[in-house]
Amino acid sequence: MNDFLFARSQMAMSLAFHIVFAALGIGMPLLMAIAEGMYLRTKQPVYLYLCQRWAKGTAILFAVGAVSGTVLSFELGLLWPKFMEHAGAVIGMPFSLEGFAFFTEAIFLGVYLYGWKRVPPLIHWLSGVLVVVSGILSGIFVVTANAWMNSPTGFKVIEGHFVDVDPIAAMLNRASFHEVVHMTLAAFVATGYLVAAVHAFFLLHDRTNFFHRAALGIALCVACVCTPLQILSGDLSARAVARLQPAKLAAMEAHYQTEAKAPLLIGGIPNDQTMTTAYALGIPRGLSLLIAHDPNAKVVGLEEFPRDQWPNVQIVHWSFDVMVGSGVVMLVLTVCVDWLWLKRRRLPDNTWLLRGLLAAGPLGFLAIETGWVVTEMGRQPWIIYGVMRTHEAVTPMPGLVVPFVTFTVVYIFLAGVVVALLRRLFLETASGAPDQPAGAAHA
Amino acid sequence: MLEVIIAIFILLSLIVYALMGGADFGGGMWDLLAFGPRAKRQREAIADAIAPIWEANHVWLILVIVLLFTGFPGAFAAMMTALNIPMTAMLLGIVLRGSAFMFRKYDLKDDAVHRRWSSVFGVASFFTPFFQGITLGALTTGHIRVEQGHVLTGFMAGWLTPFALACGLFALGLFAFLAATYLTVDTKDEPKLQEDFRLRSLWSGLALAPVALVVFVTSKRGAPEMYHGLTRWWAPVLLAWTSLFAVAALVALWRRRFAVARLAAIGQVTLILVGWGLAQYPNLVTPDVTVTKAAAPEFTLRLLVIALGFGAILLLPSLAYLFYIFKGRERG
Repeated sequence: MNDFLFARSQMAMSLAFHIVFAALGIGMPLLMAIAEGMYLRTKQPVYLYLCQRWAKGTAILFAVGAVSGTVLSFELGLLWPKFMEHAGAVIGMPFSLEGFAFFTEAIFLGVYLYGWKRVPPLIHWLSGVLVVVSGILSGIFVVTANAWMNSPTGFKVIEGHFVDVDPIAAMLNRASFHEVVHMTLAAFVATGYLVAAVHAFFLLHDRTNFFHRAALGIALCVACVCTPLQILSGDLSARAVARLQPAKLAAMEAHYQTEAKAPLLIGGIPNDQTMTTAYALGIPRGLSLLIAHDPNAKVVGLEEFPRDQWPNVQIVHWSFDVMVGSGVVMLVLTVCVDWLWLKRRRLPDNTWLLRGLLAAGPLGFLAIETGWVVTEMGRQPWIIYGVMRTHEAVTPMPGLVVPFVTFTVVYIFLAGVVVALLRRLFLETASGAPDQPAGAAHA
Repeated sequence: MLEVIIAIFILLSLIVYALMGGADFGGGMWDLLAFGPRAKRQREAIADAIAPIWEANHVWLILVIVLLFTGFPGAFAAMMTALNIPMTAMLLGIVLRGSAFMFRKYDLKDDAVHRRWSSVFGVASFFTPFFQGITLGALTTGHIRVEQGHVLTGFMAGWLTPFALACGLFALGLFAFLAATYLTVDTKDEPKLQEDFRLRSLWSGLALAPVALVVFVTSKRGAPEMYHGLTRWWAPVLLAWTSLFAVAALVALWRRRFAVARLAAIGQVTLILVGWGLAQYPNLVTPDVTVTKAAAPEFTLRLLVIALGFGAILLLPSLAYLFYIFKGRERG
């Protein structure tokens, strides 16, 4: 591997690590705010206990997310100085706004985590709501910057210089809306299903535990409202990508030849040499139907693009299929939950459903990771789509294997510690939680 | 004009970062160096003082970085290229420090486990500001040469000079002094603990003087432009005020006027960074990258100033509230 590949690997690894904490940092505060809101309404101590437990986990996740986010803001320059030199003036704006949003989040998270006894209950809850809002805004701003890399606007390139810079037009690029919606919902879906899995695990052993039932209820609420919306937003995203980055879409679908009535290929082994995808499950006219909502529509294939502008078709196609597959499984679970709830009008606690939720726990995050692989690998070889190639942006610094290995080792270590600590928190939670509804209110 | 406003905002963020985040680093140093019969209580007091505010404190660094790459993208690219090594080292420190602090809080309440995280936290608290001082020092050495966006002097220029290393040491001493001084106020309910921090504050404050002298002496050869800057008309005034604050802080500590000492220490650190900024102006990376040359297009700068205005209206009251809850209103 050369320095360029180490730089890409380090960036990919840092993003893959950070996004887990970023998504939980958006999703967990929502669950906490709902639980605390329920407590304020019902005065059931179980909700307060739940909220405080979740808050502990969130504190750990937020700390790691904050440092891994700091690392990314430096890495933009440490690894891609030429990108920042040109793009900084165009797309620095959303990063600055993200800075403010993150600042607000950090302040009110401080109030939230440490202020239980120092501020009145309503103010405490409102701090939590502000954490949710500023967390969502942080995510929106950062994704906006990524959207610009995929659909760059708001500048002209004259003799290698970016002129006529308009940061507002850059933020409102044509990829922003669908990327922002898709990522925000993804954070809620992934968090919801992950938390649901944890509490489904405990409920499998103790079906009547009031604490875990309350927790599962809130997590499922968030997951099951957001999952169908996410499928719709996925449709919106795919059609936007077909319009804005047809090469990326063709790679996602392993679609080599431009054709009308294009089939939808699922799985298979894409082969760039023969321009075919072997062993794929083909659904006739499926791709035309999905992309244009017209079974006879023509869909552009990779053959239209010069070979040096193709992304890695295998990785992009498989990642895309894994993401969509995870989404479909979660949608099926959502339908089951809704159906059981409508039938019995109480929290579904059917053994098979709980087992399904337990198994589906990591799917949301699998979808997030593979989804970002699609977005980022699908944009290659460009760092700014159609404007600057990734290898033009890389630092001249030699020996990039050293920071890559160092940060990888550190991140693996951190991930191990976080998992161990959260596991301990869960087990402590399992014992000692109020497992019956309380008759009277007490704080 | 706009670019100067952004540069001032960057300097302000840097000052607040030094005053807040710097003190957190200092706290980590005293955590590692805790000794005596009250070592455990010292560590607890440090953790209590840092915990609710440290996330917010460290966002100031992110603010410095995003303002730098939005307002002065060329300077950011040059700095990150030439100073790749010390910046990466500093980042590693930030990661280990931030996570170790949280892990320590939520890991087993077992002494051995606690001490292990404490060591990581403490060592990284030395490591990180040392490299921050080096980085800031390296920018003023004039060793880093940049032409048309290309760094000509490789990856070792500037930051290994005696001047830059002295800046690293100075940052360490300054933050240790700042933290100990703040902690005397935070521990006013426990006179013995307060006395511990008073002594630490006095010693580190005294130790700072010779290090400052080394920085000044090495700057003559190590950072000639800045040295010349320090001979301009405003320099004696600034230097006099800085020394005055430094002496006032020590005298106040000696006489146990802790609130006064804290104010004087804040004044001292602020003036040191203001002096550095004035001496550095108009350079961002001496001598080739200046505020004017590296500035982003005017439209970007104007938007950024507007955003900073709104941001300040939003953030400052929130921040004041955070500090009011945890530092002002006393201990329920």
